[in-house]
Amino acid sequence: MQSSSRVSSSAASRRGSRRSVAANWLDRQAPYVFVLPAVLLILGFSIFPLVTSAYLSLMRFALGEGGYELKFVGMRNYVRLFSGSQQFHFVGVFRPPGVISIAVMAAAALAIGWWLVRYLRGGQRSVIGGIGRLIAAASLLAVVWLAANTTGDGGALGSLMVTLFYVVFGVALQFLLGLGLAYLCTLPLKGGRFFRILFFLPLMVTPVGIAYMFRMMADTAVGPLAPLWAWLGLGQIAWAADPWLARIVVVIGDTWQWVPFMFLVLLAALEGTSRDQIEAAQLDGASSWRIFRDVIWPSIAPVAASAVLIRLIEAFKVVDLPNVLTNGGPGIATESMTLHAFIEWRTLNLGSASAVAYMLFFVSTIACVSFFQLVVRRARGRQS
Amino acid sequence: MIKRLFVPTRLDEIPIGTRVIAYGLLGLWTLVVLFPLYWMAITSFKLPIDVANGPAYVPFVDFKPSLDAWHYIFVDLGPDTYRPYMNSLVIATLSTVAAVFLGSMAAYALARIEYKPPVAAVGLAVLMLALVVAAVGWGGVDLRIAVAVCGALFFLLLRPIVRRARRHLANDDIIFWMISQRILPPVVTVIPIYLTFKSAGLLDTRTALIITYATANLPIVVWLMFDFFASVPKEIEESAQIDGATRFAILFGIVVPLVAPGIVATGLLVLILSWNEYLFALFLSTANAQTLPLLVAAQNATRGPQWWNMSVLILIMILPVMLLTLTLQRFIVKGILVGAVKG
Repeated sequence: MQSSSRVSSSAASRRGSRRSVAANWLDRQAPYVFVLPAVLLILGFSIFPLVTSAYLSLMRFALGEGGYELKFVGMRNYVRLFSGSQQFHFVGVFRPPGVISIAVMAAAALAIGWWLVRYLRGGQRSVIGGIGRLIAAASLLAVVWLAANTTGDGGALGSLMVTLFYVVFGVALQFLLGLGLAYLCTLPLKGGRFFRILFFLPLMVTPVGIAYMFRMMADTAVGPLAPLWAWLGLGQIAWAADPWLARIVVVIGDTWQWVPFMFLVLLAALEGTSRDQIEAAQLDGASSWRIFRDVIWPSIAPVAASAVLIRLIEAFKVVDLPNVLTNGGPGIATESMTLHAFIEWRTLNLGSASAVAYMLFFVSTIACVSFFQLVVRRARGRQS
Repeated sequence: MIKRLFVPTRLDEIPIGTRVIAYGLLGLWTLVVLFPLYWMAITSFKLPIDVANGPAYVPFVDFKPSLDAWHYIFVDLGPDTYRPYMNSLVIATLSTVAAVFLGSMAAYALARIEYKPPVAAVGLAVLMLALVVAAVGWGGVDLRIAVAVCGALFFLLLRPIVRRARRHLANDDIIFWMISQRILPPVVTVIPIYLTFKSAGLLDTRTALIITYATANLPIVVWLMFDFFASVPKEIEESAQIDGATRFAILFGIVVPLVAPGIVATGLLVLILSWNEYLFALFLSTANAQTLPLLVAAQNATRGPQWWNMSVLILIMILPVMLLTLTLQRFIVKGILVGAVKG
């Protein structure tokens, strides 16, 4: 530092600047001073851990005398997740294939194959596009295969499929509800502002709080809806002991929190729709549904696709809701992958925890990149 | 900020039936939003017996409100409540200040200065990172030594490599690199971060969480602030530059006041995200640096059925955020929309 300022002092005097020497030196370094702290922080606490995690996922962690030791085990942590002792936890318990699961698989394979063939015959194919689609198609097929073989009697979902369930159904539900509410709020009704402020509120509430709140709400014995359950004859039902009911309660809590995001973004998009086009369509006597399909939807599609992408990215990280709402139970039925990794970590299986975390990283990256390339790009392209 | 663009102008253009259905649906969702909050609020004034006897909906009618639970949380548990509260306040505030300060500087620079990091230099940095990991992991070298050696090597090799570099990255690439950090699930990075802080003796301290939160939120700040800075006309700065103002004086004296609303929007969003954060806190803190979400989750295990006490705890955790949201909603909504609509 000192030597550099001495060097720059001559430069400063040559320029005849009135500024102090140090300030002058600092000013010339400004491009670095501005950006380097952020870049270094991200390198140190994001990229470096990412690389280290990859390394840890190939290790076995053992507490030894006066500390711990790591032993290289290659891909064994990953293999364990797919076919070893952790198979039930990660991919789930398989049931013997039945007629339905085979039929579902065949239908999915045909649909995905047709989609790939159509792309290859189309005019805009490229090597990278083809490889990307192949990865997306293979992943989708694997998910369908898992869904067909681990749900139903005798099967059980692992954390991978539970996470995907939260993501797919949660995001779809949030999108539909958000779109509906946003559409209602564009109607010229009194009190529109009130609804806007109110509907936004849950987005900012601490997820851990939401989880506990819904734990109270869902209590069938002394919760607020108890009379309703009793009236329906469901008073004795223990949702916390039923895998699917417990998962649905988690999705409901998640939806309560995230509908506001979709609502907000889609409302802004709806209000950006050109009014002239709608009025022209109205004059032509088009029905509300046709106006929505042919005028409004194309205009909001780019924003809608971006909103879903952002939500997808965040949805894969879900952990607080299942952990507090159901403690991951019954058994492991509501465990998301993040929670799975945390549980592995708590039992000091650092390697296994890192492997689960890395699988989450792969899955969410494949899903988000595929969604971006195949849906968001197309939605944006249609607008321009 | 929100303009009604395509709605019919007069209320009576909407048929009465549609209006009734619309109000019905909006009212229903209002109930969905408010009822859980209301239920928690009244539960915090209930006695154990009021909860056990089945649902009681209206205070003073169905049950007699009592401050027992509040007394228990604030007086009997006293320090056990205040410490996490202070931790959350300090961690959320300081990490937000750090993230907004560092992120805004980076965003401003990326909006105004052209960077051309050579691809080779980036490759060198990645190589050095891998070298550090390999040296610590397989070679058993001390982390600090490895970082120092590789850092020195990096700066030694940087010049010759940069001089020969042909291919460069652009500002867009840097921004994309930063924002792509959001795709990383935090659980991928948290175990090495845990080990790093452990070896630095910073486990279970506020410092560790402040650094982690600031880093986690940097991409959001850069992403949002870039837009706000880009919308400021360059001419204002150019005249100041001719007058001899330094870049720092221009940024903090001229540009920052112009984008103040953007900074408030970004800051609020990041503040709330830090306040609500759970996963990093779960790994990095146990007792001393315990934050509020962690306290609530931990109490959940031991006090699961004690609804009255849990309600008080959760209320004091979410009330500040809800007040901020209701009073400064304009700003927060702006932050969210800028981030989402840009895509």
